[in-house]
Amino acid sequence: MFDWKWDFTFEILPRLGWATLNTLIAAGGGYAIAIVLGLALALAQRSPYRALTLVVREAVEFIRSTPLVLQIFFVFYVGPQFGIRLSPWTSGMIAIGLHYSAYLSEVYRGGIESVPKGQWEACRSLSMSTSDTYFRIIIPQALPPALAGMGNYLVGIFKDTPMLSVIGVAELMHAANAIGSEHYRFLEPYTLVGIIFLAISLPSAGLIRTFEAWVRKRLGMS
Amino acid sequence: MEDYSNYPLQLDATDRPMVRFQNVTKRYGALTVLDNLNLDVAEGEMISIIGPSGSGKTTVLRMLMLERIQGGVIYVDGTPLTHEAKGGKLVEASERYLRKAREPIGMCFQHFNLFPHFTALQNCMEGPVQVLGLSKKEARERSEELLEMVGMIDKKDQHPSRLSGGQQQRVAIARALAMRPKVMLLDEVTSALDPEVIGEVTEVIKKLVKEHNLTIMMVTHQMGFAADISDRVCFFYGGRIEEQGPPKELFGNPQKERTQQFLSAVKSAD
Amino acid sequence: MTYWEFLSENGGRFFDGTLTTAAQFFLSAIFAILFALIAGLMKLSDNVFVRSPAVVYIEIFRGTSLLVQLYWIFFVLPLFGITLEKFTAGFIAVSMNLGAYGAELVRGGIQSVPKGQWEAAYSLSMSPAKRMWRIILPQALVNMLPPWGNLLIELLKATALVSLISVADLMFEAKQINGSTFLSAQAFGTALIIYYIFARLIVTPFMRWMERVMARKMGRV
Repeated sequence: MFDWKWDFTFEILPRLGWATLNTLIAAGGGYAIAIVLGLALALAQRSPYRALTLVVREAVEFIRSTPLVLQIFFVFYVGPQFGIRLSPWTSGMIAIGLHYSAYLSEVYRGGIESVPKGQWEACRSLSMSTSDTYFRIIIPQALPPALAGMGNYLVGIFKDTPMLSVIGVAELMHAANAIGSEHYRFLEPYTLVGIIFLAISLPSAGLIRTFEAWVRKRLGMS
Repeated sequence: MEDYSNYPLQLDATDRPMVRFQNVTKRYGALTVLDNLNLDVAEGEMISIIGPSGSGKTTVLRMLMLERIQGGVIYVDGTPLTHEAKGGKLVEASERYLRKAREPIGMCFQHFNLFPHFTALQNCMEGPVQVLGLSKKEARERSEELLEMVGMIDKKDQHPSRLSGGQQQRVAIARALAMRPKVMLLDEVTSALDPEVIGEVTEVIKKLVKEHNLTIMMVTHQMGFAADISDRVCFFYGGRIEEQGPPKELFGNPQKERTQQFLSAVKSAD
Repeated sequence: MTYWEFLSENGGRFFDGTLTTAAQFFLSAIFAILFALIAGLMKLSDNVFVRSPAVVYIEIFRGTSLLVQLYWIFFVLPLFGITLEKFTAGFIAVSMNLGAYGAELVRGGIQSVPKGQWEAAYSLSMSPAKRMWRIILPQALVNMLPPWGNLLIELLKATALVSLISVADLMFEAKQINGSTFLSAQAFGTALIIYYIFARLIVTPFMRWMERVMARKMGRV
């Protein structure tokens, strides 16, 4: 490619490598929040309290239909207005975790609904408590069909981390922007960022499928 | 609002069947499935419930285990199941009360409903450990004994997906028995099975009737089997008991026209 | 300052931003559908030279971030002699990104049409183009509509990123208003609500209506 400078490429690679680590940490942190919060949102939508169900349903719909980048700004800037100062990392994790918890709650709901009605009836016939019914019987069966969706959103969260650069989280995009403006060269940093994202997200689909098969086997459900 | 003041809070010791349906009505929306049902099942009795589809026969079992009723009271072992006593009056039971009151009832289903992520043994141990609070060791002993009885001890470490329908149903029977129920509900337990494995399940049920003093309520399409092992057969039609009696009488000499029609239709289908 | 004073002072800017967002949304949607159709059909081709460009396009645009693609198109593409004005760069990036996801929907939708339909069209000696356009695509479209509804919501959200290359959309105006008033909750909160209304009261009902119209056309009602 014309004008591609290899020495510059090798000079900036280590810096992008470190930033990749930050990107992965950001994605992992956000995902951890999303996984737990998503389950809470899914279970709340199945609760017998109609008011709670409706409020949570609408909140999930709201989070899902508004832009993540706007939510990141909201979380970062609204805190200080009320005297709560959050670091870029903290607000970024909260925003991205909250955003994806809405998506994961839908994945969980789909998984839970895929469990046959007879399983609920069997739990009832054994007088099992609601929490035992969920955590011992329903959720383990809801998990395998939900895994593909969960995996896709892990990759999704990873690809959305560049948005965290807008509030100054030092991930890949942030590093590429900094390099670009220091050297007045954008070709190499932006292209490399693209290649790094491809290199991580392309094999992930296969990995998710392998993991899904492994879980099914572990649960004796294949 | 129905007035429950006519219903006793506890059945008298002199008149205390294992299960009593008193004026029970069940509706789905506008559709009345069971209409003012009165039925007593004595301790240790084995009754079969037969009837055309839509007659409400499966609903009789489901009300004991899975669904709420819209009128009347169901008593189990003298205590109300569908209602609880509050301030000297019966009121509709809370979820918590229901769960506790249902503990002495076990149920087997048409489609087995085994837990697919547990082995046969784990399926049987689940209730005793999680609900009854038995130690794992006790639960294992109890479960293995029952799996032995249903002839499934060799397959105890298999997951349900590796078992045939007949084998799954036998495990399901063991799972229900592991809770030491006083009443056992069998909901068309052979209907989803291939003809060649029905025998292994009916054998287990026969053994159950012979060796245990269980109260059993069975919904079935197998008239011969029902005739063989029942103390009493109830023929349901249109949400009511059309006719009931010992199998010899009901099958041998049915009194009502609808019973005769149903039995001859079943016979000609066989 | 009450919220109403805030709104009356900044309402015009929110309005302008919303118009720009709407323009970005419609242009992106049209181009995304176009890219999705082309790439989806190409990916189904038996000819490897037709199929591989589509595969490369889909994998690259689904495998990287929209923000990376946007910056690349806006900042790097000029080095190759292609300079796009920021408004154009914005909707091109959004539509190429969502088009890659849409291509998979097109492919899946076409593959969901029963084989018998292909055979029937073939038995009538229809040309390949006619067969696709008159027989297969309409049926595929009905199957695809629900996931396209979700994709269009994603597309609406994606347009917010064009603010980062200074297209004066709703997101951009919210940031500007936040910068001048320091009323973050009001500035960003109002924008969130406008996006939500856009999604729930315009995009989703429109897609539901489309689904009904298509179902009626197919005689499925």
